[in-house]
Amino acid sequence: MLEIKNLHANIGGKEILKGIDLTVNTGEVHAIMGPNGSGKSTLAQVLAGRKEYEVTKGTVTFSGKNLLELSPEVRAREGIFLAFQYPVEIPGVSNVNLLKTAINEIRKYRGEEELDAMEFMTHLKKKMKLVEMDQSLLSRAVNDGFSGGEKKRNEILQMAVLEPRLAILDETDSGLDIDALRIVANGVNKLKSPERAAIVVTHYQRLLNYIIPDFVHVLYNGKIVKSGGKELAFELEEKGYDWLKEQKELA
Amino acid sequence: MSTEVSQIEELANKEYKYGFVSNIESDTFPKGLNEDIIRRLSAIKEEPEFMLEWRLKAYRHWLTLKEPNWANIHYDPIDYQKISYYSAPKNKPKLNSLDEADPELIKTYQKLGISIEEQKIFSGVAVDAVFDSVSVATTFKSKLAELGIIFCSMSEAIRNHSDLVKQYLGSVVPSTDNFFASLNSAVFSDGSFAYIPKGVRCPMELSTYFRINAKNTGQFERTLIIADEGAYVSYLEGCTAPMRDENQLHAAVVELVALDNATVKYSTVQNWYPGDKNGKGGIFNFVTKRGMCKGVNSKISWTQVETGSAITWKYPSCLLIGDNSIGEFYSVAVTNNYQQADTGTKMIHMGKNTRSTIVSKGISAGKSNNSYRGQVRIIRRADNARNFSQCDSLLIGDKCGAHTFPYLEINNSTAQMEHEATTSKIGEDQIFYLNQRGISREDAVNLIVNGYCKEVFKELPMEFAVEAQKLLSVSLEGSVG
Repeated sequence: MLEIKNLHANIGGKEILKGIDLTVNTGEVHAIMGPNGSGKSTLAQVLAGRKEYEVTKGTVTFSGKNLLELSPEVRAREGIFLAFQYPVEIPGVSNVNLLKTAINEIRKYRGEEELDAMEFMTHLKKKMKLVEMDQSLLSRAVNDGFSGGEKKRNEILQMAVLEPRLAILDETDSGLDIDALRIVANGVNKLKSPERAAIVVTHYQRLLNYIIPDFVHVLYNGKIVKSGGKELAFELEEKGYDWLKEQKELA
Repeated sequence: MSTEVSQIEELANKEYKYGFVSNIESDTFPKGLNEDIIRRLSAIKEEPEFMLEWRLKAYRHWLTLKEPNWANIHYDPIDYQKISYYSAPKNKPKLNSLDEADPELIKTYQKLGISIEEQKIFSGVAVDAVFDSVSVATTFKSKLAELGIIFCSMSEAIRNHSDLVKQYLGSVVPSTDNFFASLNSAVFSDGSFAYIPKGVRCPMELSTYFRINAKNTGQFERTLIIADEGAYVSYLEGCTAPMRDENQLHAAVVELVALDNATVKYSTVQNWYPGDKNGKGGIFNFVTKRGMCKGVNSKISWTQVETGSAITWKYPSCLLIGDNSIGEFYSVAVTNNYQQADTGTKMIHMGKNTRSTIVSKGISAGKSNNSYRGQVRIIRRADNARNFSQCDSLLIGDKCGAHTFPYLEINNSTAQMEHEATTSKIGEDQIFYLNQRGISREDAVNLIVNGYCKEVFKELPMEFAVEAQKLLSVSLEGSVG
């Protein structure tokens, strides 16, 4: 589904990604871990198409298409969803309006019929239960005045409504209490299916108690320095990242 | 940051969609203004003597006035002797059927998307179409006449309803009010007139489309709307103008009168030619609009969506004379490229328990300047007056300006005043966020801008709200890269 080969990316002339190789197949959940500044969020943003990052080398293929040639909105319509680390506030635009516009843009792109107000509300209500979100948040402006936890849950609601083929969660667990963490994880797990995949970017192991990854990758200094199964996450939790850094520097 | 700016600049380009010129032969006065011109104008329009006297008085007063310079707008001096003060289509069509109108004219309306035929059939809107200076089509008149409603051109009202005109013309905006109002009083060519009799609720939205067509002619509209006791009327005004190199002056006057328990709702969508992206050309829109809540429990509500004109100078105001009367002002003003707008309102509280609401939404893009200027005045005997003002500014890009000039004058200690103001900016991160949800750049900007203007749009009649939304996206097309 997603194939990243030797990906290099800069921001403001500084190289952040220094040759990433990663293959994600449908049905898989990949966790990307690593210390601060290792390039985890950059990878997420580059996949979503943020223009500030310049890809200097390498290829990214998504469902057979050259992802790097596509605009951010087309990537989204192709089925890539990024749950933002810092969800943006958009005053004046209601959550409902955003979701309805988004889902219909995606459906139009895929040649599906747009949902009318009734169909959309039915779909939305089902998903609201999943993230245990209060209905009153729907008519409020997108993330405007939301608490940190509400913003993250709102990201998961959007993900649940848009049903992406590849969900990328960028440190969605940061700043969440244990209840919110469970809700967020539940949202991701419910989306799991043989046709979909997820990349979970996280600094800590604790989210992975709720979302069980098939693969864990450690990103350090712009490269994946170690990959393994879910047990790698426990190892990292126990030993920290320093032993990897040492290994890397020895090599 | 630099990429953000260049992207914004890149999109800050948009062709004026309504830039075309109709080939209709015109009767046009030679350039210049003097008493003879005014006499000739009055004669052509077959006006009664009192009207000529009124015009001349206004003209003589105008000669003593200086052009105002306090607004936050800048332009080269206007030579009032280089303007032609009258232009009328030569083949004046008969009013009883649209089929008899000049086909060119009908085409013009069709290009503007305001086909009168369509409007007749689908929307039930009576249209008094002002083409340059003379009304050429008036529809639904007979239906309105059954209810005793008078809806006609100002020229016709002066001839056929001179008592009403004599009583109310200049009663809200005196001919001595200000430089542009005096000029208008001297040379106004036409406009709309509406009278809603006692207790009648006007069953349809009354509407006028203005259009400046002939080259180098000023457009001086005069509109007068009177709602008698217990009457209700909603009036829509929409403007589009074709592309021109020279700046054109538009100095209109609108007067509204609401008697006891009457309501007048006046909505404007203004889309005059704003000039090109280098600031060349465009309409100077110097307008005096004022409503008088003369009776008790009366209400006047202004809603405006201003997207066009090179320069807008306009303050639709309310004189709240009757006890318990209500004044409202809802405004969206958009400026792009080199447009300048200095717009706002005046709420003058004179009666007891009077209330006013001001909601102003300014949107600046390109290199434009957008100013809100508003005055709330509460006189000594106006007990328990209340005002709520909200002035928001939205900036797109970093080369535009937003300014707010609120003036408060309170002479009664029982007054309650609230004022809120915000300034915000459409951020690249907001756009990316929406992109990531599958929404294109243009749609993202529209979503944000329409969300921002929601409070004002909900005040517009349904069909107008849709048009206003479209117009907004056309006006801002290209403002965000």
